[in-house]
Amino acid sequence: MSLRLTIRPTDRRESIAQFLDKVGDFGRFVASFFRDGFRRPWEVRELLRQMDEVGTRSFLLTGVTGLAIGAVLAMQSRGTLIQFGAEAMLPNMLALSIIKEIGPVLTALVLAGRLGAGIGAEIGSMRVTEQIDAIEVMALRPLNYLVVTRVLACVIMFPVLTVWTDALGLFGGYLESALSSQIDPRLYLDTAFTSIRFSDVLADTMKTAIFGGIVGMVSCYLGFRVRGGTRAVGQAAMQSVVASSVLIILADLFVVRLSLLLFGDIAS
Amino acid sequence: MKPAVRIVDLHKSFGANEVLKGVSMEVEPGKTVAVMGGSGSGKSVLIKHVVQLLLPDSGEVWYGDKRMDLLRGKELDDQRLTIGYLFQGGALFDSMSVAENFDFVLDRHTSLTLAERKDRIEELLTWVELEEKFNASPADLSGGQRKRIALARGIALDPKLMLFDEPTTGLDPVSVRLVSDLIVRLRDELDMTSIVITHDLLCAEIAADHVNFLFEGLILESGTLDEVQRSDKPELRNFFGG
Repeated sequence: MSLRLTIRPTDRRESIAQFLDKVGDFGRFVASFFRDGFRRPWEVRELLRQMDEVGTRSFLLTGVTGLAIGAVLAMQSRGTLIQFGAEAMLPNMLALSIIKEIGPVLTALVLAGRLGAGIGAEIGSMRVTEQIDAIEVMALRPLNYLVVTRVLACVIMFPVLTVWTDALGLFGGYLESALSSQIDPRLYLDTAFTSIRFSDVLADTMKTAIFGGIVGMVSCYLGFRVRGGTRAVGQAAMQSVVASSVLIILADLFVVRLSLLLFGDIAS
Repeated sequence: MKPAVRIVDLHKSFGANEVLKGVSMEVEPGKTVAVMGGSGSGKSVLIKHVVQLLLPDSGEVWYGDKRMDLLRGKELDDQRLTIGYLFQGGALFDSMSVAENFDFVLDRHTSLTLAERKDRIEELLTWVELEEKFNASPADLSGGQRKRIALARGIALDPKLMLFDEPTTGLDPVSVRLVSDLIVRLRDELDMTSIVITHDLLCAEIAADHVNFLFEGLILESGTLDEVQRSDKPELRNFFGG
């Protein structure tokens, strides 16, 4: 006897409708964040705890990433710059690429991996074990206690961690340069910052506050909407990382374009 | 006497799944009412309407002289503060110690000093005979201890009404007795009104003054446990193994 399986063709319209449904639901979640999130009681202690969770515990990860990327970038670029007789421009090139793009985006992506999964899983498991319902029954606001604190912690700490990653990246580049060509540290720093404006450093660092907001908001949303058991919690954690990472890259495109319009190109 | 809780013709569906099909019941002040029924009969959905964790599709939920399903904002908060809730798994915050679980509520809703809050927490833990668990982590507690501590947290603000969602599920008979005795003490010592969602016969036997039997979204039988058990309706005979 042969078993015949009937496979229903994927209904594309249904998938699109579901996707749009989710986008709309996320929009409502963000709207309620701004409408209801900033009301008493202020959860200052929880905010500080989350800043510690986001910041202090991520210093090692982002620091090592910055140090390694700075050194690798110096190694990879030296050969090409020598070909054009521009080895002296190496610190300048490192500073430009690390401060303007690699530092902010890499920091945000590394943190999206660490925090997106953590927040998504933590809030998701609080949802399935009814801890979020318990907060509500206590006449408290889960949105204030869980979401606002995490989103704000990300918004505040992402730029701080980006400055840290940038600094370590430049230090990694210096270490590699010092080992390869015994460059003087003062000369390295002078050359590195010749064509960097303060507005560049500020704009490119502060854009990570937006990335932080994305990671916090998306992960909290996916955690909040968990239904079912542990499998759904795992999925929320994974989806938080994927969605945050994609949105960071898309937001970067938008922010870079906007900052070029506002502050102009470095060459202009 | 005016009922403490009155539910009138409550309907609730999730998509195509109609869970409550017109439930009506009353709870007298100072009494313990058990809502019994098999899995999927809508017991937990019913109790969640009393604190507006769910809103009904139609029907009314009265608590005292307020319609819970219509309250919003501060009015809803004020009513919720007079209701304690024991969730099925306890819902203790696992990122906090036992004492911090209590302090989370007391710090935000009372003007007690740190020392006074500590005294209150010790008093509550002594009441459930678990004073030694003050600094323990919820992860280190047994199922029964977790339920007793969650119950103590639920009464931290001296509520008038206590809701129990499957308080004895997954517990051994000794723990079932301990938790059920606490429900009785709430009524006898603190004059508290309680609704207990359960399918545990022993728990209902010890704690309930009145039993409502819920079947497929409707109250099928109502009375004392003895009366409900003696019903000749096949659904009840099947449930009680008669």
